[in-house]
Amino acid sequence: MDLSFVAIQALSGLASASSLFITACGLTLVFGVTRIVNFAHGSLYMVGAFTAATLVPWLLEFSFGPVSFWAGILLSAMIVGLLGVVIEVLLLRRIYGAPELFQLLATFGVVLVLQDLVVQVFGPQDILGPRAPGLRAPVEILGRRFPSYELVLIAAGPVVLGAVWWLLRRTRFGILVRAATQDRDMVAALGVNQALLFTGTLFLGAFLAGLGGALQIPRVAANTGMDLSIIAECFVVTVVGGMGSVPGAFLAALIIGQLQAFGILIFPKSTLIVVFLLMALVLAVRPSGFFGRPEILASGHAVGIVSRRPTPYGRMLAAIVLACLAALPLLGDAYLLKVATEILVFALFAFSLQLLIGVGGLVSFGHAAFFGLGAYGSALAVRWLGAPMEAALPAGLVLSGLGAALIGAFVVRLSGIYLAMMTLAAAQILYAVAFQWVEVTGGDNGIVGIWPSAWAAPRDAYYWLTLILTAATVFVLTRVIDSPFGYTLRAARDSESRAEAIGIAVRQQRWLAFVLAGAAAGIAGSLYAFSRGSVDPSLLGIPTSVDALTMLLLGGIQTIAGPLVGSAVLHTMRDQVMPVTALWRLVLGSSIIAMVLIFPRGLVGTIRYWREDRA
Amino acid sequence: MSPLLDVHELSASYGRAQVLFDISLQVQPGEVVALIGRNGAGKTTTLKAIMGLVSARADRLTFKGQSIVGRPTYGIARLGLGYVPEDRRIFTDLTVAENLEVGRQAQRGGRSPWDLTRLFALFPNLAEMRGRRGGHMSGGEQQMLAIARTLMGNPEAILLDEPSEGIAPVIVQTMAQAVRAMKAEGVAVLLSEQNWAFAAAIADRTCVIERGSVRFQGTTADFLKDEALRTETLGV
Repeated sequence: MDLSFVAIQALSGLASASSLFITACGLTLVFGVTRIVNFAHGSLYMVGAFTAATLVPWLLEFSFGPVSFWAGILLSAMIVGLLGVVIEVLLLRRIYGAPELFQLLATFGVVLVLQDLVVQVFGPQDILGPRAPGLRAPVEILGRRFPSYELVLIAAGPVVLGAVWWLLRRTRFGILVRAATQDRDMVAALGVNQALLFTGTLFLGAFLAGLGGALQIPRVAANTGMDLSIIAECFVVTVVGGMGSVPGAFLAALIIGQLQAFGILIFPKSTLIVVFLLMALVLAVRPSGFFGRPEILASGHAVGIVSRRPTPYGRMLAAIVLACLAALPLLGDAYLLKVATEILVFALFAFSLQLLIGVGGLVSFGHAAFFGLGAYGSALAVRWLGAPMEAALPAGLVLSGLGAALIGAFVVRLSGIYLAMMTLAAAQILYAVAFQWVEVTGGDNGIVGIWPSAWAAPRDAYYWLTLILTAATVFVLTRVIDSPFGYTLRAARDSESRAEAIGIAVRQQRWLAFVLAGAAAGIAGSLYAFSRGSVDPSLLGIPTSVDALTMLLLGGIQTIAGPLVGSAVLHTMRDQVMPVTALWRLVLGSSIIAMVLIFPRGLVGTIRYWREDRA
Repeated sequence: MSPLLDVHELSASYGRAQVLFDISLQVQPGEVVALIGRNGAGKTTTLKAIMGLVSARADRLTFKGQSIVGRPTYGIARLGLGYVPEDRRIFTDLTVAENLEVGRQAQRGGRSPWDLTRLFALFPNLAEMRGRRGGHMSGGEQQMLAIARTLMGNPEAILLDEPSEGIAPVIVQTMAQAVRAMKAEGVAVLLSEQNWAFAAAIADRTCVIERGSVRFQGTTADFLKDEALRTETLGV
C-alpha cells in the first residue's frame, strides 16, 4: 500500500463524508426541532436525485455551462424543500404529540407512498445525470487520477456546515430553531408561532436532503433503492454524532467516510460492519452520541398493555378460536391453508414484538433481524449440515436467540429513539451480511430447497404444526407477560427511574425480554422458511420489520389479541390488493398513514375503548 | 374599569384528578396581584391554565377583553400576556443575548418598548454576561434573565411563577425591585408565591388559594389585618 493509494482513498472517503453530512444534517436539524425522526428523509434524497437527473439535462439543453448545471442542482433542492413543506403541513403537524413509534410508522408510510410516486413520475429506469461542465477531466494527485467533481464535493460539506452554522448562530430563525430544539413550549410561551418555525425547519431539512441527492447525479445513477440505503447511513451518522447536533453529524460523517474508504481493505464485502462496530463502540461509551444530550422528555408517552385479569369469557373465546383454526383443514382448500399458515407465522412474529413494545416499551424497529435469523438459521442448517427439519427448527431458534442476546446487549443501554434507530441499524447490518456473503448465504438469491420432513410435508400437516408451535409460543409469552417478570418490564416501561429505585435491574430485565422476543420471532422465521421452501435477504429487510409494526399497530398495542388480529387483517388485505393494482405500496403507505391519524389505538384497542367508554 | 385579565370559574384536571375548582380572579391594568398558597395548592397550574399550557375549562377567561380560551399559547403571548415559569426554563445552550432575542416581539401600542439598554439598566448583572451561555449562570441570574426575556416581548401583563424560589436572599431584593419597576412602567403582574413576606412587600392585592379553590381575595392590607385567616391558610 503506497502513499498515493492512501491519499486517494482518504480523498474519496472525504467526498462520501461530505455527501453523507449534507443529507444527515437535514435529518438531525428536523429531529432537533420537531423530535420526529423523519424516515422519509431518505426518500427526499431520492426525489432530489431523480429531479436533478431529469431537470439538469433539460437546462443544459438551453445553455450548456456550469451555471445551468449548478442552478439545476439548487432548483432541485428547492423543489424537494417544498415537498418537505407539503409533508409537514399534511402529516407531521398532526402527529407531533404522538408516541414516537407512531411517528416513525407514519413517516415510513410516506416512504412507501414516495416509492410508488417516484416510479410513476420518473419511470422505473435508473437515470444517470450529466457530468458537471468544466469538471469532466480528472485531476492528477500523486500520480493517480482523481475525479475533479469529487474535489467539489469535498468542499461542499464544509461549505454547507458553514452556511448552516451561520444560519443557526446569526439569524433570528436560527436562534429560534436552537431554542425550540431545547424547549418547544417555552418558545411558544414567548409568542413564537411554532407552526411556522416547524414548517421552515422542514423546508431546510428537505432542502438539504434534496441537495445531497442532487449532488450525486454525476456519480451514481438515480435509482429506486437509494432511499432506504441512505436513510440507514443517515441514522448511523445522527446517532453517532448525537441526535440534533450539526457539528456531531459532521464529525460522525467524516469518521464514517474514512472508515468506509479504508474498511474496504479489511472487509471487502461489507463496510457496513465496520460502521456498525463504530456505532456500537461510540454508544457503549456515550449513549447519546458525540454531542447529543440524554433524552429528557419521551417518557410520558409510553403506551402498552395494562394490567388485566384473564376472564373465563376470554379463555372460552381463545378456545373457540383455536378449535376453529384446528378445524380449518377440513375445508380442504389448499390456497386457504397456505394463506392461513402465513397469517399464523406473522401473528407469532408480531406477537413477539408485542413483548418488546407493548410490555417493555422498547420500540424496536429492526425486529426482522430475529425473524430473518430464525429463517437463515434453519436454512443454513439444512444447506450446510444436511439437517432434517426436526433439527433445523431448533437451529433457527438458537441462532435468533443468540443474535438477540448479542444485539440486545448493546441496545438495552439506549432508550426511546436511539433504541429504535440502533435496532434498525442492526437489522440492516444483518441484511447486508446476508446479501453480500454470497458463498454462505447465497446472496440475493438466498437458499432454496428448505422443505419440511415427509410427515409434515402435506399442507394440512404443516398447517397443524405451525398452529401448534404458534399457539404454544403465544401461550408461553402470555404467561410471561402476566408473570412478575412481565410486571417488572411494565414498571420499567412506565418509569425507568422509579423502577430502578425499587430495585429492578432494568437493563438486565430488558435484555431478557430481547432474548425471549428474539427467540419467539426466530421460531416464526423458521416456520416461514419451511413453509416457502426458501429464504432470501428480504426477510431481514426494513419492510419486514415494518410489517410486524403495522400488524401490531393495526390490531392495537394495548391488547394481547391485537397483533393476532392485525396480522390476519393486513395479510388478507395484501392478498386482495396486490393482485389488482401495481401501486400496492402507495395503498399500503396511505393506509398506514391513515391508521396512525384515525385509529391510534388500533382495531382491537378502539373496539375495547368504545366498550369501556359506554360502560 | 374593565379588568385587564379576567378569570371566571376556571377549572383544570390532570387526568382524572381535578386540581382547580372554579378559580375566579381579576387583574387590573398596572396592578400587582399575589397568588399565594401552600405547596400543591394550584398556583402554578392556575398560571399555566391561563397561558393555555394545560387544558382547562372556564366560564370566562379574557385578556384585554378578548377570550383566550382555546387560543394557542403563542397567540396568548402575542396579545401581550407574558409568562415566566417557575423553573425559569432558560435556553441553556443559548447565550444571554440570544435568550433575549427569542423573547423579542414586534412592538404593540404606543408604549415605549423594552430593549437591551433598558433591561440591562434594570438587571446590571446581565449586561456583564451578554455572551455567556444560559447553562453557565446561577439560579438568581437565570431568574433575572427569564424575566428580562419575557419583558423583551413588551407584555402588558406578566404571569410570574414563584420568582423568589431557590435564589439567594440578596437576589430576592432585586426581584422585588424588578417587579416595582415593571409596575412603574404600567405592566400588570400576577405572581404566585409561597414567600409571603416577599409577596406582602410588593402586591397591591392578594388572592389566597387552597386546594384548588380561592379562599380569599382582597387588598394586601386587608389580608395583613386578618391574622386568623393568615394563620389558618399560611401558618404564619
